[in-house]
Amino acid sequence: MSTSEIAAEARGHDQGKHASVGFYWTIAGILGVITAMEVAIFYIDALEPALAPILLTLSAVKFAMVVMFFMHLKFDSKVFTIVFLTGLSIGTFVVIALILLYQFLPRFAS
Amino acid sequence: MSDTAVATDHHYTATGLPTWKVGFWTFMGSECLFFASLISTYMVYKGASTTGPFPADVLNIPLTSISTFVLLMSSTAMVLALDGVQRGKKRLATFWLAMVIMLGGTFLGFQVYEFNHFVHEGLTISQNVFGSTFFVLTGFHGAHVTVGVIWLTVLFIMSLRGKLEPADALKVEIAGLYWHFVDIVWIVIFTLIYLLQ
Repeated sequence: MSTSEIAAEARGHDQGKHASVGFYWTIAGILGVITAMEVAIFYIDALEPALAPILLTLSAVKFAMVVMFFMHLKFDSKVFTIVFLTGLSIGTFVVIALILLYQFLPRFAS
Repeated sequence: MSDTAVATDHHYTATGLPTWKVGFWTFMGSECLFFASLISTYMVYKGASTTGPFPADVLNIPLTSISTFVLLMSSTAMVLALDGVQRGKKRLATFWLAMVIMLGGTFLGFQVYEFNHFVHEGLTISQNVFGSTFFVLTGFHGAHVTVGVIWLTVLFIMSLRGKLEPADALKVEIAGLYWHFVDIVWIVIFTLIYLLQ
């Protein structure tokens, strides 16, 4: 694909046709249901051992749905995805690295 | 007017993408690092407070669940406002912009109530490590929401005056990206701080 073709495609994305109003309401409904599930799971004692992985997974699903459909990354140019994921990946790495360092390897942090 | 009949009087980068949009996605990438540093600080010092109040003493899950839902719905209203502007449906766009502002204001109201309640419970920014990290993280998030509400109010006034045409959709889209970003940051905060105590 030539540079001009890429540029033309990108402009097409910019003028973008995204999704229907019904689709956005469906996403909103799913996000609301997942939030309700998170709160319900928080109060179920039997699920306490698996609380962290379950809640982190549900949170990641909500995060991904907002980014893909409300922020239109799924329909937009891949350039935006790369730019955003670069910052997000470094940020996530920093959070995980610091938690591991201070919570599980405190000897090395001090 | 159809969705694709949007005039685009914007500057474009060599990739053919609008400069404002590329710049704003880059800004949001950097904001990920900003909030990652605040979230890291909270997580690193989690459980390090030697004096109360502790998270379990003050965090109100039912209340925060409602405010989380309110913010999620504001994101829905935002995407519908953008859809209205892109389709040239001015009254619809104005209505949904007003809804975003109202829901954003409601979220801020919940936060003010929560902060006030915590202070009455004895949790201040200097009380313990939990107070310091909690107020800094959620305070900066609240400041971002406030900026978003002001930004959207400007767009709402423009829309009321009939100055928000389909050609201006990029302005609304960028404000929307900011608003959704504030929403996804809260999704992370709600899970890590409130639910995973």
